Amino acid sequence: MSDEATAISIDSEADTAGRLVWYLRGVWAAFSVPGLLLASAHIGFAGLAKEAGLTLVQTVFMTGTVWALPANVVLIGGILSGASLPAAAFAVALSSVRLMPMVVALVPELKGPRTSKWFLYFLSHFVAVTSWVLAMERLGGIPREMRTSYYAGLGPTLVLFNMIVVAVVFLLADSLPPAVAAALFLLTPMYFLMSLWGSARERAGHVAMVLGLVLGPAFHLIWPGFDLLLAGLIGGGGAYIFHHMTRKRAAR
Amino acid sequence: MTFGSIDAWWWPFLFILVAGWLATDAWRFLGVYFGGRISEESDVLVLVRTVATALVAAVIGNLIIFPSGELAGTPVGLRIGAAAIGFAAYMLLGRRVLVGIIAAELALLAGLYML
Repeated sequence: MSDEATAISIDSEADTAGRLVWYLRGVWAAFSVPGLLLASAHIGFAGLAKEAGLTLVQTVFMTGTVWALPANVVLIGGILSGASLPAAAFAVALSSVRLMPMVVALVPELKGPRTSKWFLYFLSHFVAVTSWVLAMERLGGIPREMRTSYYAGLGPTLVLFNMIVVAVVFLLADSLPPAVAAALFLLTPMYFLMSLWGSARERAGHVAMVLGLVLGPAFHLIWPGFDLLLAGLIGGGGAYIFHHMTRKRAAR
Repeated sequence: MTFGSIDAWWWPFLFILVAGWLATDAWRFLGVYFGGRISEESDVLVLVRTVATALVAAVIGNLIIFPSGELAGTPVGLRIGAAAIGFAAYMLLGRRVLVGIIAAELALLAGLYML
């Protein structure tokens, strides 16, 4: 074996060991405070799904395939209000549009010089608020060629861990005292209330939030099947107009 | 074509795949496709973010005002009060989500205990 070939094989062994280390660090990051908060929100979600009449297998399946808690809560909302398949899909799609700009922002951070496009498509499935916030915060301190390994540890571990949480809660839900069960149902909205407020990029995001909080229940009383769509379009449109008005004023 | 309209074991899974998986992963895949091609500051993305935020906020509002399960049996004023206390604790005590959740839960449980 020539010297060059030896050097390459040592290099690739070090590379593999490095990848494993960063993968395991990613796995470990799933059990950080944000990861555990997400699990608490899934505890509430499991109760919600059970109340809506879904089975254990359906709920765990939803958790893994959809993997965005707001989208899953919207989907359950659609199932509860008897929405048709296209109406439910439209509401879920609207609630998930934000995943696109999130992935757009993440890809340049994640990508190494040799990363394949297909691996990025695979990893993108694991993007949701928690893993995105963690990744955007930590990827900067990780060697570029190890970033996909780190995220491949973090994302899928969060999904698997929460699928297990959902299954366990589903089995235990009936044996909980009423006050504890009531407290569990408050976990999901509280988690979203604060993480959504914290992740808003511009003032318009906070305006959209306040409008949505009020318009959602208001439209629920007026037109239950379309409450989320109307609140999203009208509240979001209003906040967008606010964004432009304040920007014009600032420009003057 | 609602979730319960077809009585076959595969129907709920197909419903979840089309209305759930496809409706979310389509955006993620588009994100990879456009990655690096659209600016974060682009005007369309501002509208996309405000609509998505208002929609998720509407979900939060409904979960608090019209909850299901055991939470439905609690007074609506208590739920709004507990959420407000939790949010105030989050804003005032260093914007920690954990602090806000604990404050809201304690307020709810204290209210239930006193009633």
